[in-house]
Amino acid sequence: MAADSSIRRAARDAGPSGWLALPALVFFLVFAVVPLAGVVFLSFTSWDGLREIRLDGLSSWATVLTDPVTGNALLVTAKIMFFSFMVQAPISLLLGVFTAGGQKYRAALAVLYFLPLLLSSAAVAIAFKALLDPNFGLGPGLQVPFLIQDWLGNSDLVLFVVVFVIAWQFVPFHTLIYQGGVRQIPTSLYEAAEIDGAGRVRQFLNITLPQLKYTIITSSTLMVVGSLAYFDLIFVLTGGGPGYSTRLLPLHMYLTGFKANDMGAASALGVILIVIGLGLALLLQRLGGKNRNASQLEGA
Amino acid sequence: MNTRKLRTAALAISAAALSVSLAACGSSGPAGSSSASSGTATMWGLTGGNQPVLQKSVAAWNSAHTDQTIKLDFFANDAFKTKVRTAVGAGEGPTFIYGWGGGVLKSYVDAGQAEDLSAFIKENPEVKDRYLPSVLKNGEINGKTYALPNNNVQPVVLYYNKEVFDKVGAQAPKTWDDVMALVPKFKEAGIAPFSLGGQSKWPDLMWLEYLVERIGGPEVFANIAANKPNAWSDPAVGQALTKIQELVNAGGFINGFSSIAADSNADQALLYTGKAAMVLQGGWIYQGMKKDAADFVSSGKLGFTTFPTVAGGKGDPANIVGNPSNFWSISAKATDEQKKAALNYVKDGMFTDADTDALISSGAVPVVNGIEGKLAASPDKDFLTFVYGLAKGAPSFTLSWDQALSPAQGDAMLSNLEQIFLKKITPEQFVSTMNATIGK
Repeated sequence: MAADSSIRRAARDAGPSGWLALPALVFFLVFAVVPLAGVVFLSFTSWDGLREIRLDGLSSWATVLTDPVTGNALLVTAKIMFFSFMVQAPISLLLGVFTAGGQKYRAALAVLYFLPLLLSSAAVAIAFKALLDPNFGLGPGLQVPFLIQDWLGNSDLVLFVVVFVIAWQFVPFHTLIYQGGVRQIPTSLYEAAEIDGAGRVRQFLNITLPQLKYTIITSSTLMVVGSLAYFDLIFVLTGGGPGYSTRLLPLHMYLTGFKANDMGAASALGVILIVIGLGLALLLQRLGGKNRNASQLEGA
Repeated sequence: MNTRKLRTAALAISAAALSVSLAACGSSGPAGSSSASSGTATMWGLTGGNQPVLQKSVAAWNSAHTDQTIKLDFFANDAFKTKVRTAVGAGEGPTFIYGWGGGVLKSYVDAGQAEDLSAFIKENPEVKDRYLPSVLKNGEINGKTYALPNNNVQPVVLYYNKEVFDKVGAQAPKTWDDVMALVPKFKEAGIAPFSLGGQSKWPDLMWLEYLVERIGGPEVFANIAANKPNAWSDPAVGQALTKIQELVNAGGFINGFSSIAADSNADQALLYTGKAAMVLQGGWIYQGMKKDAADFVSSGKLGFTTFPTVAGGKGDPANIVGNPSNFWSISAKATDEQKKAALNYVKDGMFTDADTDALISSGAVPVVNGIEGKLAASPDKDFLTFVYGLAKGAPSFTLSWDQALSPAQGDAMLSNLEQIFLKKITPEQFVSTMNATIGK
């Protein structure tokens, strides 16, 4: 009997053939693992992009690790990551729950909310750059005193402007994720809660939020790790300035590689970026708890 | 959402993060490799004032020489500088490499990427003879010619809006003291004294270049460019940086200058809309203003003058800084056919009468001899003869520092100078940081 059941289990666990993963694996090897190895190798060389690549030991690493701009770039990245999460997560969670409702006006509003999702980062950045221009922008144009500020030129303000523009662009995406998540929660849970006399807030806190646990983890992973990849938007909007105020790690890597033409140091920065990204992604997954296959719908 | 999906998602995200670092490494030119086999020479030009001139010149060449055609693409200035270097390094560069001379050209020569043109100009003396000698010199590295001028002289000059000067009853500044005295006058009238495209960083550099030149003369930067130890410690550099910070403190530059991009011509727009009284910029913005604000230029409201002198300074007031010209280098990696077509174009297709006329009518001064008559006949003769006179009469014409230095030094200089304008570092910190880059 024991042998019989183990055979049955093996047959059930086997699923589709492992060969189906091959194309994806090859793609991943060629476009991620091989270049990654190249970046690690380049970080131990010195190369200006034109001459021969010269093995240079740890000198690129020494340059990068002793350069105060690297520390500042890490700090800026951490700030943008933190504030982006703090701004985007609540807004998109609430908007997601709101737009998941069946009412017509909610569907109409949802369409409007999702519009920024259709625009490219460069277009968004150029539009905001024009709107926030200190001399020809929205503030001076409308003569609204509050809007007349040096939004992109003030070192203390610019970080929050960047966080706002990032949120403007990415909140719709996360709203979409939450909307999908909310729509998958069985209505029977809410019906039961209503019979028990639970109000709206109570339902949200005790049913919606726990049911969205994995949606929250997915969305947060995308937000946190994604903020390591913000580049195009900030590059066009501020170019990392003024000074080093918005020069976050990916931008610092790009400017080191392609403006200062120091590919060795840029590769070392790339390796740092990858290590941080992978570490954060793993950490966030851990937060999901050990027993991730446990049912969320018992009793539903 | 199960574990596997989550993990796949995480991997996808990490891959996305990576792609920023990796995708850029494999950048390939749109024109370089594919056409190499056909023998068509490729050329990357810059968008802006000279774009239509170059377009017409190449089109005329192509229709007359169907067997030696040139494929022309255009890029914006900053994007071009990044792209061309990567492309040339990857062996995908164009046949014609557009440049400014100086340290960047030297880095191409050191890497064996630029063709030695010395023999070519010896065989074709008429090519050499057409240029102003002082400009031609900028295409030489170690006594050999690697680049030939291809457009117009572009000294940095001080532009001003005559209308707002009349309004406050002021005269164009002749000395640095005049500059500092003008600042409160304009501020009182609600006009910014100077416009500045600070986000682009290189407009900041024009201030340092001229102040160092006026205070210490051309030798100061010559020593820096020659990589002499501690060359940045010359007192002229520190004094120039201090003067810049004094002007920033006095409110000399327009509000929000650090978020204004010169690449989108926002700095010149501030001048011709009367929001700013003056701007220190390259000769090329005349072409831009002629196009964007034709009335302002043609009605004579645009004033221009040389950079003010500094009391006690050693520099000759006639000295200028800027770009003597742009240049064509020929890629050493191009096929023989491509090189042949390229050299023939340089010999017979460039600076034809039509090219020269087109340059002049766009508001530019071509780098060729014997055009005084044409300049004097142009509707822009005031500006053109002014620039031509500057270029011909200048005892020294220093190339823009970011082009004269190696790319690593140039980038460090621009970043640190921005910090000076933002008052984040002191002149002493700038000097010691820059001394550490000497020889890099």
